[in-house]
Parts: sequence; C-alpha cells; structure tokens
Amino acid sequence: MNLLTSFIAVLILTLAALGFAYSTGLTYLLTVVIPYAAFAVFMVGFVFRVVQWAKAPVPFRIPSTCGQEKSLPWIRTNPLDNPSCLWGVIGRMALEILLFRSLFRNTRVEILQKRPVYDSAKWLWFFGLLFHWSLLIIVLRHLRFFIEPIAGWINSLSALDGFFEIGIPTLYLSDAAILAGLSFLLLRRLISSRLRYISLFTDYFSLLLILGVVGTGLLMRHFFPADLLQVKNMALGWVTFSPVVPKEVGMLFYMHLCFVFTLMVFFPMSKLMHMGGVFLSPTRNLANDNRMKRHINPWNAPVKVHTYEEYEDEFREKMKLAGLPLDKE
Amino acid sequence: MKLYNRGIILAGIVVFLILASGPFWYGRGRAVSPPDLKLDTPAIEQLKEKLCVEPAPYMRANHMRLLNDWRDSVVREGKRTYTAADGKVYKISLTGTCLECHSNKEQFCDRCHDYAGAKPACWDCHIIPEEVR
Amino acid sequence: MSFAKIPKPDELIAVRYEPPETPWMDTPTVFRPGTWSYTGTAKSLTALELPNPRSWQPTDEDWKLPENWKEIILKGMKERLEKYRSFRLFMDICVRCGACADKCHFYIGSGDPKNMPVVRAELLRSVYRRYFTQSGKLFGSLAGARDLTVDVLKEWFYYFYQCTECRRCSVFCPYGIDQAEITMMGRELLNLVGCNINWVTEPMANCFRTGNHLGIQPGGVKDMLEFLAEDVGDRTGVHVEVPLNKKGAEILFVIPSGDYFADPGTYTCMGYMALFHEIGLDYTFSTYASEGGNFGLFTSHEMIKRLNAKIYAEAKRLGVKWILGGECGHMWRVLNQYMETMNGPADFLEVPVSPITGTRFENARSTKMVHISEFTADLIRNGKLKLDPSRNDHLRVTFHDSCNPSRAMGLFEEPRYIINHVCNHFHEMAEDTIRENTFCCGGGAGLGNDENMEMRMRGGMPRAMAVQAVREKYGVNRLTCMCAIDRAVLTSLMEYWVPGVLVTGVHELVANALVMTGEKERTTDLRGDPLEGKTADETL
Repeated sequence: MNLLTSFIAVLILTLAALGFAYSTGLTYLLTVVIPYAAFAVFMVGFVFRVVQWAKAPVPFRIPSTCGQEKSLPWIRTNPLDNPSCLWGVIGRMALEILLFRSLFRNTRVEILQKRPVYDSAKWLWFFGLLFHWSLLIIVLRHLRFFIEPIAGWINSLSALDGFFEIGIPTLYLSDAAILAGLSFLLLRRLISSRLRYISLFTDYFSLLLILGVVGTGLLMRHFFPADLLQVKNMALGWVTFSPVVPKEVGMLFYMHLCFVFTLMVFFPMSKLMHMGGVFLSPTRNLANDNRMKRHINPWNAPVKVHTYEEYEDEFREKMKLAGLPLDKE
Repeated sequence: MKLYNRGIILAGIVVFLILASGPFWYGRGRAVSPPDLKLDTPAIEQLKEKLCVEPAPYMRANHMRLLNDWRDSVVREGKRTYTAADGKVYKISLTGTCLECHSNKEQFCDRCHDYAGAKPACWDCHIIPEEVR
Repeated sequence: MSFAKIPKPDELIAVRYEPPETPWMDTPTVFRPGTWSYTGTAKSLTALELPNPRSWQPTDEDWKLPENWKEIILKGMKERLEKYRSFRLFMDICVRCGACADKCHFYIGSGDPKNMPVVRAELLRSVYRRYFTQSGKLFGSLAGARDLTVDVLKEWFYYFYQCTECRRCSVFCPYGIDQAEITMMGRELLNLVGCNINWVTEPMANCFRTGNHLGIQPGGVKDMLEFLAEDVGDRTGVHVEVPLNKKGAEILFVIPSGDYFADPGTYTCMGYMALFHEIGLDYTFSTYASEGGNFGLFTSHEMIKRLNAKIYAEAKRLGVKWILGGECGHMWRVLNQYMETMNGPADFLEVPVSPITGTRFENARSTKMVHISEFTADLIRNGKLKLDPSRNDHLRVTFHDSCNPSRAMGLFEEPRYIINHVCNHFHEMAEDTIRENTFCCGGGAGLGNDENMEMRMRGGMPRAMAVQAVREKYGVNRLTCMCAIDRAVLTSLMEYWVPGVLVTGVHELVANALVMTGEKERTTDLRGDPLEGKTADETL
C-alpha cells in the first residue's frame, strides 16, 4: 500500500515534469523560480530542524558503551567504542559518520534446530555505505556546473571516478555504485516481509525519488545527451543571480530538475534529516566519563525525597531495639 | 531562544550553510558569460552555407557520440566515409574533416570542454596539429 | 515456581518471524495471560503521590483513566520533547533500516513484530508525528501518523512494559537510537495517567519509605546481614562483623537488597563480607541506603532522583570518604549515568583510594563511587588476596554480562579478570551473546514477575540458548553474573530452558577461593556444597 502510494507520487512528479517541459511559462517557473524556492526551503528547513533539536538540552550523559570502559590503568580500554575523552568521541563519531561503524556490527538471527543462530549480515552496511559515498561524490562532481572556472579538485575527482574509461562519455564508478546501492536498499524493502512490514510511505518515496534523480541523470549522460553548455549556463545563472532559461535541453533534464527540487523540499521534513541528526545523537557523541566529570542538567528539578530524619523518626523505636545507632535519641 | 551546546551546534550550522551555498560564494554574484566559441576560422569563413556535418544543436549534444562512432567505424570496420542525415558524404577524419574547419582548438573545443568540465579522450591518441594549437 | 500455564520449551522456541497480514497500526493488542504484568496498586501509587491511583487491570475494558487523559499525555509529550534532546531526535531521525529488528530478545523470542525496537518506537512516533510535526498534521497516515486513542494507550502499556530497557538495539542502530530512552519516555507518559505495573510501583513505594525494595525495616536488615555473617562463619570458620550505620567508616557500601534477601544473591553478599573481613576494610552497610537498585529508572527520571538521593545523603551523614557499590545491573546505570547529575555534586567526599592497595580510582574521581569488581580486580592485581581457585573446581563457569554495566558503562574486563583468578574452569559464551552484544535475562526493567512468566521465558531464550551451548560443549553448571535481578530471573530461566545450571555472583566465587586468615579446612563452598575431592560427610 505504502509502496503503491509512493510509486504514484513519483509518477505524478514525472507528469508534472512533462508539463513543465511543454509550456514556456512553466519552464520559466521550473528553471528560474522554483530553484531558489527549493533551495531556500532546504536550507531554512534544515537549519530549523537542527535548531529545534538544539533547543532541547541533553539532561543526562547517556552514551551507549560498546567496549571496555576506562577504569584501572592496566586494563586495556576501547577508546573508539567507549570513549572517555573528546578525542575518543571525535574518533567514534568519525567512524560512525564516515564508515557506519554501528551498522557494521549487524547480524541476522534465525532459529535453526531449536537454537537461535547469529550470522554476520554486512550487506546492509556495504550497500548503505556504497550508496551514501556515491551520493556524496556525485553531488561534488555536479559542482562543475555551478562554478567557473572549475576547481582542479573537482576535475581530479571526476577523473578518478571515471578511472576505468568505460564507454563514451566515461561511466562514473559512483553512478554504477549508487544504482547498486539504491537497488539493494529498495529491493530489501520489497522482498523482506519484515522490512515491508515496517516501511512507511516516506521510506519508499525517498528511495524512488532518488532513484528518479539518478535514473534521469544516467539516461542523460549515456543515452539522451543534454547540451551541457545550456545546463551550465542555467546553473551558473542561478548562483550568480542572473538566471537564464535553458533552450532545447530535453525532457529528461526537466524530469531530473523536478525530482531534485522535490528532494530538496522533502528533505528537511522527512527522515532524511538523519544527515544532520546523526551528529547530535547523545548515545554516540558523549564520552563515557560520567564518573570523572559531572554532567550538568540545566533543568535539574527539585523532587520530594525521603530524608534520613523522616526515616529515623518513623523507625526510631525499632532501630533502638535492634541496637542501631541513632542521630536523635 | 535558548540553544544548548550552542557553540558547537552553531558552528555546525555555519559550516553546513557555507558548504551548501558554496557555489554562491565562489561566484560572488558575478555573472559569468558563457564561453565565446569562435567560428571565424578561415575555412569556415569560406563556406557558403555555415553547416557542420549535422545541425548545430544535434552536434552540441551528440558530437562526442558521433566522434566515438567515427572512431569505431574507422578503426574496427575500416569504413572511412560518413553519410550525414541530409545525404551528404564526409570523409571520416578528426584532423582532416573536423579540424579542417575548426582549426582553432583553443577557442572552440577547449573553451566549451573546460567550461563544462568534459575531458575528451581525443588527444590521448591524436596529436594536435601545429596549426590548430 | 510453576510453569503450568507456559508452553513447553519445545513449543516456545518454535518462533515464526513472518509478520501478520494486517499492518501493525491495524493489529489490535491482545493481553494474553503470561505476557503482561499486574498493575500498580492504588496503595503504592498513593504512597509515592503518583497520579490516578485506582484498582484496575489491563484486561479491563475501562482503564479508569482521568477525563482529560489525552490532554495530559500530549502535554507531557510536549514537555519531554522540550526537555530531552534524545527524545525529539529519536522521534525524528529513524530511517527504518531494520538493523535493530532482530536484535531485541523479545522479538527473537516471540516473533511479535511490535517487539522489534523500530516498531516499538513507532508506536510513540506515530502519535508524535500526528500532534507535533507539520507533515503529520497535514498528511496523516501517509506521513506515518495516527490519532492518540485509548487503544493506542493500551498498546503502549503492553509493549513499553515488554521492553527491558537493555539497550542492545542502540548498539546496532546507525544513529544510536536507544529504545531504552524511548521506553522510558513512553513509561513516563503512561505514569502521568497512572498506568504502571506493580512489580515496579511496590518496590518503589517500599524503597522510598524503608530504603529498600522489599520493605525490610532497619532491624530486619540487621538480622538478615547478621544471619549471613553467621553462615560465613559456619562455612569458613572465621567470624565476620557486620558494620551497620557506622559513622566515620571510611567507605559506605551499597548493594541491591536482593543480595541479602534471597538465594542465590545471599551467597554473593556473604562473599562481600568474607572479602572485606579478610582485607580488614573499614566500611559500613546502611539501613537507610539499604538498596542500590532503583526502580525509578523504570518509571520516570523524577523517580530515579527521588530514590537515588539517599545514597549521597547517607554518605554525607555517616561522614564516609567514598562509596563502594555491589553487584547490580540497573543500579549501576543509575550510579554511572544519573546519580551525580541528579543529586551531586559529591564534593563532600574524597576521590576514592583503595586503603589496601593505595590505588586511586581516577575514573570515579567525581562521582566517588567505585564498582566492587573494579575494587576487587585491583586487589588481585596487587597480590593482596590469597586465592585457591581449585576450590571452585566443582564448578564449570560461564559469565553473563548484565545489560546495564555492559552498555551503559562498559564493565567487561574486570569481572573476567576476577573470575579467571578464582576459577580454573571458565568458558565464554558465543561472541554474539556477550559483552556489548549481551542478551537480557528477560526480566529487567520491572518485568521479572511471575505473572509475566511466558514473556520472560521468551525474552530470556537467546541468553538461555547461549548457556545451553556452553553447557553441552564444556559441561557448564554455573552461570555467573553481576546483577541482582539477573540472579533472581536467570534462576527460573535456567530451570525452564537449561536445567542443571545454577546462578552465581562473582563475589561468591571470590569468597569460595579466598584463603582467609584463621580459617578452618574448607570442605564446602559458601553454599555448603562439597568441594571437589572432599566428601560430603566431612562437612557434617
């Protein structure tokens, strides 16, 4: 059901793109007005969400410790899975964000011969990592359309990405990788009944939308080329505040744009905000130095406690009988 | 509005904003004029009808594929002529046909390729004739 | 203990992981006997001044909620979203990748998809979206949002009291989303309208008044401890003192009340006493702080603070230098991650220094509370104990990492170091089931009651099966752990799944091996069981 709705939503977007392409007024809208609007929504929305998190304090220091704590000096600690200082935290966060450390632990359980059996299950980690890194590389490569002259590192990145020089124009490895990654992420949601059960509209929609972006991009690069001169003129026009409407760039290009802008608007209001959120996760970004350094809770509210005096008042006679020392005789 | 861990979070937001809006800063709002492709070589000047082997819009988007096909047909099939959509027959030759007219690589090929960040593989094998350079 | 109503192990393990036809939002919650806990009594709620005390059970149609219950919950939710970054963040960033799904012992043992941490969190998230996000307000179910209804509240109750806050899922989550944190929020909300379970509220009410979960009054605590001291004398021939409420002692020693109340915890308690006597430690127990455990952790952050306050207060009153804590699981989550923030600063205490070895416990320099396994490991390392591990030769030992010391502290090597020095036969369970991957006993977070037995056996199954594997392979007959709830809960778990394996605390093993000054020839262990190579007759 959720899958169907998301599929329909993407289809509607595709049709909208067609509409944009075939009407001059709408083309203007898509290439001049919406880009700014979408970008603004993305930036403002993203910052808004992060600020919303920042407005809530972290009252307690609650890292999940996944390795030996720092205790006695002769016991070997695990500073990356259970950091006790800032550097450890930085290391842990870097591993988490750059290499998906936690996902690397993934296992799969099955009941075999009346026994739960745990298998290593690293495919999700592998394809997840493949997808995210490819996406980053692709976004960076696209900078060639937005800056002039193109910075050397972007050209080097593209050259490295197209290292194998398969086909004309060269097939980028990141393009192949992102397709593989996306297909895996989508297929597991479709095939595994457990994943199907937990998937919401937004889960399918995000994947299909990005698949749409990637698909149209790949088609343009390898099968129905768009005039890059026009594309770059348009992109440079945006960032120099002198937008131009591109001419004769083809249907796919409008679809590509349409999907990208939808993604930008969808981003801050969806689970995709995990991009910003992962940095703020209190179970990961805090050192397990609770007993070394007091953590301050800004709203540490007063509570009603049961004092020793009240306790002794209630049990004085009994304590006396038992021969226990008393504060007040 | 009270933000907690204010310093580090604001720093993070600023980094995000700068990175995400990088191209705007890079361009500093200066309009960049599209590359000026020179079509004023002597050979082109002499043409009566200023036409490439195929119409210009098609060439702009597809010349790399055309050149790729040309290479394959010469190198793999030994076929050295190309019949255009309008029936005209051309000799397949980068230096002889393409560069005959576009004898200004720097002002024509390179300007656009540099602009779009394209890295053609032509010159991996072909040498650049002296007069074209 | 009777297992009459619980299916046989063979039936229980036939778990199917195929989710039902109906989506989870449309699958009604069924309160099946054996899978839920009795509700908190009016008496215990009243004693703690908690809202809406009344008599009810979850199987009742009418839960006697306050008129404006929905308003209370939503207001409570708003307040918590503003007070806890963890809560808002964990509501927002889950991508439903499913990595957590088969990490939960309750899911592994029951196959109920709502026991996947991701869905358990969605139970709350769906309501969060509906009332606190624009997309949820606008797009409703398309955005994964749903209305808060009485049925939703009942579902919360069933599933948030079917989570032991063990944090195993948070180890595997790529964003560190911690279901324990979400369950804690869910339970706080339920408590606002008076929905808690009695196995939590009654110990809390007792603890608040008498200082311990079991409601044992000062004289009782004294009697029990002295009785255990006598037992130590019987088994070892050494008379040990029980310092209690002793002003000016160097160290306040706080243990879970289970350790002096019931077997097999009592043997651990005897272990502490024997050890402290042997090294001549100047310490004291306290009747006021006669409980390290803190069921507030299973209720609300406010309750944690209320129940925890007595520890620092008592340390201050007795004028001790620092505090030593016994073997307990969730107690140590509170001591490590909450105590000083809530009831600190502990500036009236000194940085803990072992009076025997002179070791400064730098890692506890602020909170001033040391875990007994850190303390004992240091003693052994410095050669301060004379140990005869062969006295544990009748035991084939394995070690269960308790959830909280593992995933909220990282206490892995200390107990292993100790066990390796006091036992000759120590065998680890499978990698996927120990250390940070350890499995819950199935009865943490207040779920260790008898009416919840089927769910306990299901939730404890992964742990039990790992024990069974080492039992088959190495003949393991003793499951060691450092947690009072474990000692109670694992005992019935072993009885059900792996008969023949008994449960033990680390310091029971220590005292078995400890060669004491002036002791008689030992023929039995602390339990009175004959040692290997000694006949039972000699013990008489």
